[in-house]
Amino acid sequence: MGANFRDAVAIAGVAESEVGVLPHRTEMQLHAQAAKRALDDAGIGLAEVDGVLSIGSSRGTRMPSVQVAEYLGIMPSYSDSTSLGGCSFEAYVQHAAFAIDAGLCNTCLITYGSTQRSGGAGFGGGTDPWLAASQFETPFGLPMMTGAHALAASRHMHLYGTTRAQLADIAVAARKWAQLNPAAPRHEDLTVEDVLSAPMIASPLGKFDCCLVTDGGGAVVVTRSDRARDARQPPVWLWGSAETHTHSSIANMPDLTVTPAARTGPAAFKSAGLMPSNMDLAMIYDSFTITALMTLEDLGFCAKGEGGDFVSGGRIAPKGDFPMNTQGGGLSYTHPGMYGIFLIVEAVRQLRGEADARQVSADLALVHGTGGALSAGSTLILGKEPRR
Amino acid sequence: MSSKPVPSPDAETAPFWDAAAEGVLKIQKCAGCNEHVFYPRLVCPHCMSDELDWVCVSGCARIHALTIVHRSTAPFRDDLPFAVAIVELEEGPRMMTRVLTDTPETLRIDDPVKVHFAPQGDGPPLPFFEPA
Repeated sequence: MGANFRDAVAIAGVAESEVGVLPHRTEMQLHAQAAKRALDDAGIGLAEVDGVLSIGSSRGTRMPSVQVAEYLGIMPSYSDSTSLGGCSFEAYVQHAAFAIDAGLCNTCLITYGSTQRSGGAGFGGGTDPWLAASQFETPFGLPMMTGAHALAASRHMHLYGTTRAQLADIAVAARKWAQLNPAAPRHEDLTVEDVLSAPMIASPLGKFDCCLVTDGGGAVVVTRSDRARDARQPPVWLWGSAETHTHSSIANMPDLTVTPAARTGPAAFKSAGLMPSNMDLAMIYDSFTITALMTLEDLGFCAKGEGGDFVSGGRIAPKGDFPMNTQGGGLSYTHPGMYGIFLIVEAVRQLRGEADARQVSADLALVHGTGGALSAGSTLILGKEPRR
Repeated sequence: MSSKPVPSPDAETAPFWDAAAEGVLKIQKCAGCNEHVFYPRLVCPHCMSDELDWVCVSGCARIHALTIVHRSTAPFRDDLPFAVAIVELEEGPRMMTRVLTDTPETLRIDDPVKVHFAPQGDGPPLPFFEPA
Protein backbone atom coordinates (compact mmCIF):
# COMPACT_ATOMS: atom_id res chain seq x y z
CA MET A 1 0.00 0.00 0.00
CA GLY A 2 1.37 3.39 -0.89
CA ALA A 3 0.38 6.51 0.95
CA ASN A 4 -1.36 9.46 -0.65
CA PHE A 5 -1.01 12.84 1.00
CA ARG A 6 -1.93 14.94 -2.05
CA ASP A 7 -0.44 18.32 -1.27
CA ALA A 8 -0.82 18.26 2.51
CA VAL A 9 2.92 18.36 3.16
CA ALA A 10 6.15 19.41 1.48
CA ILE A 11 9.89 19.34 2.05
CA ALA A 12 10.93 22.86 3.03
CA GLY A 13 14.62 22.40 3.82
CA VAL A 14 17.50 20.00 3.26
CA ALA A 15 21.17 19.96 4.18
CA GLU A 16 24.21 17.84 4.61
CA SER A 17 26.61 18.27 7.47
CA GLU A 18 30.28 18.19 6.64
CA VAL A 19 30.95 14.89 4.88
CA GLY A 20 34.11 12.92 4.23
CA VAL A 21 36.76 12.06 6.82
CA LEU A 22 35.90 13.95 10.01
CA PRO A 23 37.98 12.80 12.98
CA HIS A 24 37.37 16.21 14.63
CA ARG A 25 33.59 15.68 14.74
CA THR A 26 31.25 13.67 16.96
CA GLU A 27 28.13 12.01 15.64
CA MET A 28 25.86 14.34 17.59
CA GLN A 29 27.65 17.35 16.12
CA LEU A 30 26.92 16.06 12.64
CA HIS A 31 23.21 15.65 13.51
CA ALA A 32 23.19 19.19 14.90
CA GLN A 33 25.19 20.77 12.11
CA ALA A 34 22.90 19.25 9.47
CA ALA A 35 19.79 20.20 11.47
CA LYS A 36 20.89 23.82 11.76
CA ARG A 37 21.75 24.02 8.08
CA ALA A 38 18.44 22.44 7.01
CA LEU A 39 16.37 24.77 9.18
CA ASP A 40 18.39 27.74 7.88
CA ASP A 41 17.78 26.48 4.35
CA ALA A 42 14.05 26.43 5.05
CA GLY A 43 14.09 29.70 6.97
CA ILE A 44 12.17 27.96 9.73
CA GLY A 45 13.08 28.46 13.39
CA LEU A 46 13.76 25.74 15.94
CA ALA A 47 10.69 26.83 17.90
CA GLU A 48 8.47 25.64 15.07
CA VAL A 49 9.86 22.08 15.12
CA ASP A 50 7.40 19.79 16.87
CA GLY A 51 8.35 16.49 15.26
CA VAL A 52 11.72 14.71 15.54
CA LEU A 53 12.67 11.64 13.50
CA SER A 54 16.15 10.24 13.93
CA ILE A 55 18.02 6.97 13.64
CA GLY A 56 20.91 8.05 15.84
CA SER A 57 24.13 6.47 14.65
CA SER A 58 25.23 3.26 13.00
CA ARG A 59 26.28 2.04 16.45
CA GLY A 60 22.74 1.29 17.54
CA THR A 61 21.99 4.24 19.80
CA ARG A 62 19.24 3.74 22.37
CA MET A 63 16.28 6.14 22.09
CA PRO A 64 17.83 8.06 19.18
CA SER A 65 15.08 10.64 18.61
CA VAL A 66 15.06 11.39 22.35
CA GLN A 67 18.83 11.90 22.43
CA VAL A 68 18.85 14.15 19.37
CA ALA A 69 15.85 16.17 20.58
CA GLU A 70 17.45 16.84 23.94
CA TYR A 71 20.71 17.98 22.36
CA LEU A 72 18.89 20.33 20.00
CA GLY A 73 16.41 21.54 22.62
CA ILE A 74 13.18 20.17 21.18
CA MET A 75 10.19 18.76 23.09
CA PRO A 76 8.20 17.27 20.22
CA SER A 77 4.61 16.12 19.90
CA TYR A 78 5.71 13.47 17.38
CA SER A 79 8.78 11.27 17.83
CA ASP A 80 10.05 8.47 15.60
CA SER A 81 13.14 6.24 15.64
CA THR A 82 11.97 3.62 13.18
CA SER A 83 15.04 1.58 12.30
CA LEU A 84 15.08 0.47 8.66
CA GLY A 85 18.80 0.94 8.12
CA GLY A 86 19.74 3.04 5.12
CA CYS A 87 16.15 3.68 4.01
CA SER A 88 14.97 4.92 7.40
CA PHE A 89 14.98 8.50 6.08
CA GLU A 90 12.66 7.84 3.16
CA ALA A 91 10.33 6.14 5.62
CA TYR A 92 10.66 9.14 7.96
CA VAL A 93 9.43 11.47 5.21
CA GLN A 94 6.37 9.25 4.85
CA HIS A 95 5.91 9.08 8.63
CA ALA A 96 6.31 12.85 8.95
CA ALA A 97 3.63 13.28 6.29
CA PHE A 98 1.31 10.92 8.18
CA ALA A 99 1.89 12.76 11.44
CA ILE A 100 1.41 16.21 9.92
CA ASP A 101 -1.62 15.13 7.90
CA ALA A 102 -3.13 13.66 11.08
CA GLY A 103 -2.60 16.91 12.97
CA LEU A 104 -0.05 15.49 15.43
CA CYS A 105 2.52 18.10 14.52
CA ASN A 106 3.30 20.83 11.99
CA THR A 107 7.01 20.69 11.24
CA CYS A 108 9.21 17.60 11.37
CA LEU A 109 13.00 17.52 11.54
CA ILE A 110 14.71 14.37 10.23
CA THR A 111 18.39 14.00 11.17
CA TYR A 112 21.34 11.69 10.66
CA GLY A 113 24.98 11.73 11.75
CA SER A 114 27.67 9.07 11.59
CA THR A 115 31.40 8.89 12.18
CA GLN A 116 31.63 5.39 10.79
CA ARG A 117 34.86 6.19 8.96
CA SER A 118 36.74 7.83 11.82
CA GLY A 119 35.00 6.37 14.84
CA GLY A 120 36.84 3.07 14.96
CA ALA A 121 35.32 -0.11 16.34
CA GLY A 122 31.68 -0.59 17.12
CA PHE A 123 30.19 -0.10 13.66
CA GLY A 124 28.33 -2.64 11.64
CA GLY A 125 30.34 -5.63 12.84
CA GLY A 126 28.86 -8.56 14.67
CA THR A 127 25.29 -9.69 15.03
CA ASP A 128 23.05 -9.07 18.00
CA PRO A 129 23.31 -12.25 20.11
CA TRP A 130 19.54 -12.60 20.35
CA LEU A 131 19.22 -13.08 16.60
CA ALA A 132 19.34 -16.54 15.02
CA ALA A 133 21.96 -15.26 12.57
CA SER A 134 24.49 -15.03 15.41
CA GLN A 135 24.34 -18.83 15.66
CA PHE A 136 23.58 -19.85 12.10
CA GLU A 137 25.39 -17.29 9.94
CA THR A 138 28.11 -15.32 11.73
CA PRO A 139 30.31 -18.41 12.37
CA PHE A 140 30.78 -18.90 8.61
CA GLY A 141 32.77 -15.70 8.10
CA LEU A 142 30.74 -13.86 5.46
CA PRO A 143 32.04 -10.26 5.42
CA MET A 144 29.09 -7.95 5.99
CA MET A 145 27.56 -6.19 4.15
CA THR A 146 29.59 -6.95 1.03
CA GLY A 147 29.17 -10.71 1.35
CA ALA A 148 25.39 -10.56 1.53
CA HIS A 149 25.19 -8.47 -1.62
CA ALA A 150 27.74 -10.73 -3.33
CA LEU A 151 25.44 -13.70 -2.73
CA ALA A 152 22.54 -11.84 -4.33
CA ALA A 153 24.74 -10.80 -7.25
CA SER A 154 25.85 -14.39 -7.83
CA ARG A 155 22.24 -15.48 -8.12
CA HIS A 156 21.34 -12.62 -10.48
CA MET A 157 24.27 -13.50 -12.73
CA HIS A 158 23.32 -17.17 -12.66
CA LEU A 159 19.70 -16.57 -13.61
CA TYR A 160 20.05 -13.66 -16.02
CA GLY A 161 23.59 -13.69 -17.36
CA THR A 162 24.37 -10.32 -15.78
CA THR A 163 28.09 -9.60 -16.11
CA ARG A 164 30.68 -7.91 -13.93
CA ALA A 165 31.24 -5.41 -16.75
CA GLN A 166 27.57 -4.41 -16.60
CA LEU A 167 27.83 -3.90 -12.84
CA ALA A 168 30.99 -1.89 -13.48
CA ASP A 169 29.02 0.50 -15.71
CA ILE A 170 27.15 1.60 -12.57
CA ALA A 171 30.37 2.40 -10.72
CA VAL A 172 31.80 4.21 -13.75
CA ALA A 173 28.66 6.34 -14.18
CA ALA A 174 28.70 7.23 -10.48
CA ARG A 175 32.29 8.42 -10.78
CA LYS A 176 31.45 10.55 -13.83
CA TRP A 177 28.68 12.25 -11.84
CA ALA A 178 31.06 12.70 -8.88
CA GLN A 179 33.47 14.49 -11.19
CA LEU A 180 30.77 17.18 -11.54
CA ASN A 181 30.33 17.44 -7.76
CA PRO A 182 33.03 19.53 -6.02
CA ALA A 183 32.08 17.95 -2.67
CA ALA A 184 32.86 14.42 -3.85
CA PRO A 185 36.17 13.03 -2.54
CA ARG A 186 37.31 11.32 -5.73
CA HIS A 187 37.48 12.97 -9.10
CA GLU A 188 40.01 10.79 -10.92
CA ASP A 189 38.75 8.84 -13.92
CA LEU A 190 37.42 5.33 -13.38
CA THR A 191 37.02 2.89 -16.27
CA VAL A 192 35.25 -0.45 -16.59
CA GLU A 193 38.71 -2.00 -16.84
CA ASP A 194 39.72 -0.37 -13.53
CA VAL A 195 36.64 -1.83 -11.86
CA LEU A 196 37.21 -5.31 -13.26
CA SER A 197 40.90 -5.43 -12.34
CA ALA A 198 40.51 -4.08 -8.79
CA PRO A 199 40.97 -6.46 -5.85
CA MET A 200 38.05 -8.82 -5.27
CA ILE A 201 36.32 -8.45 -1.88
CA ALA A 202 33.72 -11.21 -2.17
CA SER A 203 33.11 -12.49 -5.67
CA PRO A 204 31.56 -11.24 -7.85
CA LEU A 205 32.00 -7.88 -6.07
CA GLY A 206 35.34 -6.09 -6.22
CA LYS A 207 36.54 -2.96 -4.51
CA PHE A 208 34.79 -0.51 -6.86
CA ASP A 209 31.49 -2.41 -6.66
CA CYS A 210 31.38 -1.30 -3.00
CA CYS A 211 30.37 2.08 -1.65
CA LEU A 212 32.76 4.47 0.04
CA VAL A 213 33.07 4.43 3.81
CA THR A 214 32.80 8.01 5.07
CA ASP A 215 31.64 10.17 7.95
CA GLY A 216 28.74 12.55 7.50
CA GLY A 217 25.20 13.54 8.28
CA GLY A 218 22.13 15.12 6.83
CA ALA A 219 18.80 16.63 7.73
CA VAL A 220 15.41 17.20 6.10
CA VAL A 221 12.58 19.53 7.17
CA VAL A 222 9.05 18.40 6.32
CA THR A 223 6.20 20.79 7.05
CA ARG A 224 2.55 21.65 6.32
CA SER A 225 2.03 22.79 2.78
CA ASP A 226 0.84 26.27 3.79
CA ARG A 227 3.97 26.76 5.91
CA ALA A 228 6.17 25.38 3.15
CA ARG A 229 4.76 27.92 0.69
CA ASP A 230 5.84 30.72 3.07
CA ALA A 231 9.30 29.27 3.68
CA ARG A 232 12.56 30.53 2.28
CA GLN A 233 12.91 27.92 -0.46
CA PRO A 234 10.39 26.71 -3.01
CA PRO A 235 8.65 23.65 -1.55
CA VAL A 236 9.33 20.19 -2.93
CA TRP A 237 6.16 18.15 -2.90
CA LEU A 238 5.55 14.59 -1.80
CA TRP A 239 3.51 12.86 -4.50
CA GLY A 240 3.75 9.27 -3.35
CA SER A 241 5.52 7.02 -0.90
CA ALA A 242 5.77 3.45 0.36
CA GLU A 243 7.87 1.30 2.66
CA THR A 244 8.37 -2.40 3.38
CA HIS A 245 10.81 -5.01 4.58
CA THR A 246 10.95 -8.60 3.43
CA HIS A 247 13.61 -10.26 5.64
CA SER A 248 16.48 -9.43 7.95
CA SER A 249 19.41 -11.70 7.09
CA ILE A 250 20.35 -12.50 3.50
CA ALA A 251 19.79 -16.25 4.03
CA ASN A 252 16.13 -15.44 4.64
CA MET A 253 15.61 -13.23 1.58
CA PRO A 254 12.57 -14.73 -0.17
CA ASP A 255 14.15 -14.33 -3.65
CA LEU A 256 17.76 -13.18 -3.77
CA THR A 257 17.17 -11.32 -7.03
CA VAL A 258 14.07 -9.40 -5.94
CA THR A 259 14.52 -6.45 -3.57
CA PRO A 260 11.91 -4.72 -1.40
CA ALA A 261 11.62 -2.16 -4.22
CA ALA A 262 9.40 -4.64 -6.06
CA ARG A 263 6.80 -3.92 -3.37
CA THR A 264 7.39 -0.24 -2.68
CA GLY A 265 7.88 0.89 -6.29
CA PRO A 266 4.44 -0.10 -7.60
CA ALA A 267 2.81 1.12 -4.39
CA ALA A 268 4.50 4.52 -4.56
CA PHE A 269 3.73 4.97 -8.26
CA LYS A 270 0.11 4.03 -7.63
CA SER A 271 -0.18 6.53 -4.78
CA ALA A 272 1.33 9.25 -6.98
CA GLY A 273 -0.78 8.36 -10.01
CA LEU A 274 2.42 8.09 -12.04
CA MET A 275 4.56 5.54 -13.86
CA PRO A 276 8.31 4.93 -14.07
CA SER A 277 8.37 6.65 -17.48
CA ASN A 278 7.19 9.90 -15.83
CA MET A 279 10.36 10.21 -13.73
CA ASP A 280 12.99 12.76 -14.77
CA LEU A 281 15.55 11.76 -12.14
CA ALA A 282 16.19 8.58 -10.14
CA MET A 283 18.08 8.64 -6.86
CA ILE A 284 18.70 4.93 -6.22
CA TYR A 285 20.52 3.53 -3.18
CA ASP A 286 23.87 2.20 -4.37
CA SER A 287 25.54 0.59 -1.38
CA PHE A 288 26.85 -1.82 -4.01
CA THR A 289 26.52 -1.86 -7.79
CA ILE A 290 24.17 -4.85 -7.57
CA THR A 291 21.89 -2.95 -5.17
CA ALA A 292 21.22 -0.28 -7.78
CA LEU A 293 20.90 -2.75 -10.66
CA MET A 294 18.26 -4.92 -9.00
CA THR A 295 16.41 -1.88 -7.63
CA LEU A 296 16.06 -0.39 -11.14
CA GLU A 297 14.45 -3.64 -12.29
CA ASP A 298 12.18 -3.89 -9.28
CA LEU A 299 10.96 -0.30 -9.59
CA GLY A 300 9.89 -1.10 -13.15
CA PHE A 301 12.42 0.99 -15.11
CA CYS A 302 13.22 -2.24 -16.97
CA ALA A 303 12.14 -5.88 -16.82
CA LYS A 304 13.57 -8.33 -14.26
CA GLY A 305 16.88 -9.60 -15.56
CA GLU A 306 17.41 -6.70 -17.96
CA GLY A 307 19.13 -4.38 -15.49
CA GLY A 308 22.55 -5.17 -16.95
CA ASP A 309 21.54 -4.01 -20.41
CA PHE A 310 19.69 -1.03 -18.96
CA VAL A 311 22.72 0.48 -17.23
CA SER A 312 25.11 -0.15 -20.14
CA GLY A 313 26.28 2.30 -22.76
CA GLY A 314 26.35 5.37 -20.54
CA ARG A 315 22.58 5.59 -20.08
CA ILE A 316 22.87 6.45 -16.38
CA ALA A 317 26.00 8.62 -16.76
CA PRO A 318 26.05 12.40 -17.38
CA LYS A 319 24.51 13.15 -20.79
CA GLY A 320 22.77 9.75 -20.73
CA ASP A 321 19.00 9.57 -21.12
CA PHE A 322 18.41 8.31 -17.54
CA PRO A 323 19.88 10.73 -14.98
CA MET A 324 20.62 8.76 -11.82
CA ASN A 325 22.57 9.39 -8.62
CA THR A 326 23.69 12.76 -9.89
CA GLN A 327 25.90 13.71 -6.93
CA GLY A 328 28.03 10.58 -7.38
CA GLY A 329 26.04 8.20 -5.19
CA GLY A 330 27.26 6.05 -2.34
CA LEU A 331 29.80 4.61 -4.76
CA SER A 332 31.67 7.86 -5.44
CA TYR A 333 30.25 10.65 -3.24
CA THR A 334 29.60 9.59 0.35
CA HIS A 335 28.30 6.65 2.41
CA PRO A 336 28.44 7.02 6.20
CA GLY A 337 26.63 3.71 6.82
CA MET A 338 23.02 4.76 6.30
CA TYR A 339 23.10 6.74 3.10
CA GLY A 340 19.40 7.28 2.38
CA ILE A 341 19.18 10.87 3.63
CA PHE A 342 21.67 11.98 0.95
CA LEU A 343 19.34 10.69 -1.77
CA ILE A 344 16.59 13.02 -0.55
CA VAL A 345 18.96 15.99 -0.25
CA GLU A 346 20.15 15.60 -3.84
CA ALA A 347 16.65 15.04 -5.27
CA VAL A 348 15.43 18.23 -3.59
CA ARG A 349 18.42 20.22 -4.87
CA GLN A 350 17.83 18.96 -8.40
CA LEU A 351 14.10 19.78 -8.28
CA ARG A 352 14.91 23.28 -7.01
CA GLY A 353 17.50 23.76 -9.75
CA GLU A 354 20.44 24.15 -7.34
CA ALA A 355 22.70 21.39 -8.66
CA ASP A 356 25.14 23.56 -10.60
CA ALA A 357 27.32 21.62 -13.06
CA ARG A 358 25.37 18.42 -12.53
CA GLN A 359 21.90 20.00 -12.89
CA VAL A 360 19.41 17.98 -14.93
CA SER A 361 16.01 19.02 -16.18
CA ALA A 362 13.65 17.50 -13.60
CA ASP A 363 10.07 18.10 -12.51
CA LEU A 364 9.62 14.68 -10.91
CA ALA A 365 12.16 12.59 -9.04
CA LEU A 366 12.10 9.10 -7.64
CA VAL A 367 14.05 8.39 -4.45
CA HIS A 368 14.57 4.81 -3.31
CA GLY A 369 16.39 3.85 -0.15
CA THR A 370 17.53 0.35 0.81
CA GLY A 371 18.38 -0.88 4.29
CA GLY A 372 20.21 -3.86 5.72
CA ALA A 373 21.00 -6.91 3.60
CA LEU A 374 18.57 -5.81 0.85
CA SER A 375 16.12 -6.15 3.74
CA ALA A 376 14.09 -2.94 3.76
CA GLY A 377 13.03 -0.46 1.12
CA SER A 378 11.27 2.86 0.97
CA THR A 379 10.31 4.83 -2.13
CA LEU A 380 9.42 8.52 -2.40
CA ILE A 381 8.13 10.34 -5.46
CA LEU A 382 8.89 14.05 -5.23
CA GLY A 383 7.69 16.86 -7.46
CA LYS A 384 8.61 20.45 -8.22
CA GLU A 385 4.90 21.27 -8.36
CA PRO A 386 2.17 19.98 -6.04
CA ARG A 387 0.07 17.10 -7.20
CA ARG A 388 -3.19 18.23 -8.77
CA MET B 1 44.59 -12.95 16.81
CA SER B 2 40.91 -13.01 17.72
CA SER B 3 39.13 -16.34 17.57
CA LYS B 4 36.34 -17.22 15.19
CA PRO B 5 32.78 -16.64 16.41
CA VAL B 6 31.04 -19.78 17.63
CA PRO B 7 27.35 -20.38 18.26
CA SER B 8 25.96 -20.04 21.78
CA PRO B 9 23.07 -22.50 21.85
CA ASP B 10 19.98 -21.28 23.70
CA ALA B 11 16.62 -22.73 24.74
CA GLU B 12 15.29 -22.42 21.21
CA THR B 13 18.27 -23.85 19.32
CA ALA B 14 19.59 -26.49 21.72
CA PRO B 15 17.97 -29.42 19.83
CA PHE B 16 19.77 -28.35 16.64
CA TRP B 17 23.17 -28.19 18.33
CA ASP B 18 22.58 -31.37 20.35
CA ALA B 19 21.93 -33.21 17.07
CA ALA B 20 24.94 -31.51 15.47
CA ALA B 21 27.10 -32.94 18.26
CA GLU B 22 25.92 -36.38 17.06
CA GLY B 23 26.66 -35.52 13.43
CA VAL B 24 22.97 -35.29 12.54
CA LEU B 25 21.20 -32.41 10.78
CA LYS B 26 17.89 -31.82 12.54
CA ILE B 27 15.49 -29.00 11.75
CA GLN B 28 11.86 -28.29 12.59
CA LYS B 29 8.78 -29.45 10.70
CA CYS B 30 5.37 -27.88 11.23
CA ALA B 31 2.57 -30.27 12.15
CA GLY B 32 0.07 -27.63 11.07
CA CYS B 33 1.18 -27.12 7.45
CA ASN B 34 3.87 -29.79 6.93
CA GLU B 35 6.49 -27.22 5.94
CA HIS B 36 10.06 -27.68 7.12
CA VAL B 37 11.30 -24.65 9.06
CA PHE B 38 14.80 -23.24 9.55
CA TYR B 39 16.04 -21.39 11.68
CA PRO B 40 14.37 -22.73 14.87
CA ARG B 41 11.26 -20.91 16.02
CA LEU B 42 8.47 -21.13 18.58
CA VAL B 43 5.82 -20.59 15.89
CA CYS B 44 5.71 -21.56 12.22
CA PRO B 45 6.42 -18.61 9.85
CA HIS B 46 4.08 -20.17 7.28
CA CYS B 47 0.95 -20.75 9.39
CA MET B 48 1.77 -19.65 12.97
CA SER B 49 1.08 -23.10 14.37
CA ASP B 50 3.09 -23.73 17.52
CA GLU B 51 3.33 -27.46 16.81
CA LEU B 52 6.85 -27.64 15.48
CA ASP B 53 8.53 -31.04 15.68
CA TRP B 54 12.27 -31.68 15.38
CA VAL B 55 13.01 -34.07 12.50
CA CYS B 56 16.15 -35.49 10.91
CA VAL B 57 16.76 -34.34 7.34
CA SER B 58 18.95 -35.83 4.63
CA GLY B 59 21.72 -33.24 4.69
CA CYS B 60 21.55 -33.14 0.89
CA ALA B 61 21.34 -29.68 -0.66
CA ARG B 62 22.18 -27.60 -3.72
CA ILE B 63 24.15 -24.38 -3.86
CA HIS B 64 21.62 -21.57 -4.26
CA ALA B 65 23.98 -18.58 -4.11
CA LEU B 66 27.73 -18.45 -3.78
CA THR B 67 30.57 -16.08 -3.04
CA ILE B 68 34.29 -16.64 -2.81
CA VAL B 69 35.45 -14.46 0.05
CA HIS B 70 38.77 -12.72 -0.54
CA ARG B 71 38.64 -10.27 2.35
CA SER B 72 37.08 -10.93 5.75
CA THR B 73 37.42 -10.03 9.38
CA ALA B 74 40.57 -10.92 11.32
CA PRO B 75 39.49 -14.32 12.67
CA PHE B 76 38.95 -15.66 9.14
CA ARG B 77 42.02 -14.21 7.41
CA ASP B 78 44.05 -17.40 7.53
CA ASP B 79 41.31 -19.22 5.61
CA LEU B 80 41.12 -16.84 2.63
CA PRO B 81 39.93 -17.42 -0.01
CA PHE B 82 36.94 -19.51 1.05
CA ALA B 83 33.45 -20.23 -0.25
CA VAL B 84 30.33 -19.07 1.59
CA ALA B 85 27.03 -20.24 0.17
CA ILE B 86 23.35 -20.18 0.76
CA VAL B 87 22.33 -23.80 0.20
CA GLU B 88 18.81 -25.06 -0.36
CA LEU B 89 18.08 -28.26 1.52
CA GLU B 90 16.28 -31.08 -0.29
CA GLU B 91 13.45 -30.47 2.17
CA GLY B 92 13.11 -26.81 1.17
CA PRO B 93 14.68 -24.43 3.71
CA ARG B 94 17.82 -22.48 2.94
CA MET B 95 20.86 -22.13 5.21
CA MET B 96 24.02 -20.11 5.12
CA THR B 97 27.14 -22.25 5.26
CA ARG B 98 30.72 -22.55 4.16
CA VAL B 99 31.47 -25.08 1.43
CA LEU B 100 34.63 -26.96 2.33
CA THR B 101 36.85 -27.57 -0.69
CA ASP B 102 40.42 -26.96 -1.76
CA THR B 103 39.18 -25.54 -5.05
CA PRO B 104 36.43 -23.02 -4.23
CA GLU B 105 36.74 -21.45 -7.69
CA THR B 106 35.34 -24.62 -9.28
CA LEU B 107 32.08 -24.48 -7.33
CA ARG B 108 28.95 -23.47 -9.22
CA ILE B 109 25.38 -22.55 -8.32
CA ASP B 110 23.14 -25.66 -8.44
CA ASP B 111 26.05 -27.98 -7.54
CA PRO B 112 24.93 -30.74 -5.14
CA VAL B 113 26.46 -30.57 -1.66
CA LYS B 114 26.18 -32.64 1.50
CA VAL B 115 26.37 -31.60 5.14
CA HIS B 116 29.66 -32.19 6.94
CA PHE B 117 29.80 -31.32 10.63
CA ALA B 118 33.13 -30.02 11.86
CA PRO B 119 34.14 -28.10 14.97
CA GLN B 120 35.23 -24.47 14.96
CA GLY B 121 37.15 -23.37 18.03
CA ASP B 122 35.45 -24.31 21.28
CA GLY B 123 31.95 -24.29 19.81
CA PRO B 124 29.67 -27.15 18.81
CA PRO B 125 30.25 -28.80 15.41
CA LEU B 126 29.03 -26.49 12.64
CA PRO B 127 26.98 -27.61 9.63
CA PHE B 128 29.52 -27.04 6.89
CA PHE B 129 28.82 -28.56 3.48
CA GLU B 130 31.10 -30.23 0.95
CA PRO B 131 30.68 -31.14 -2.70
CA ALA B 132 28.53 -34.29 -3.01
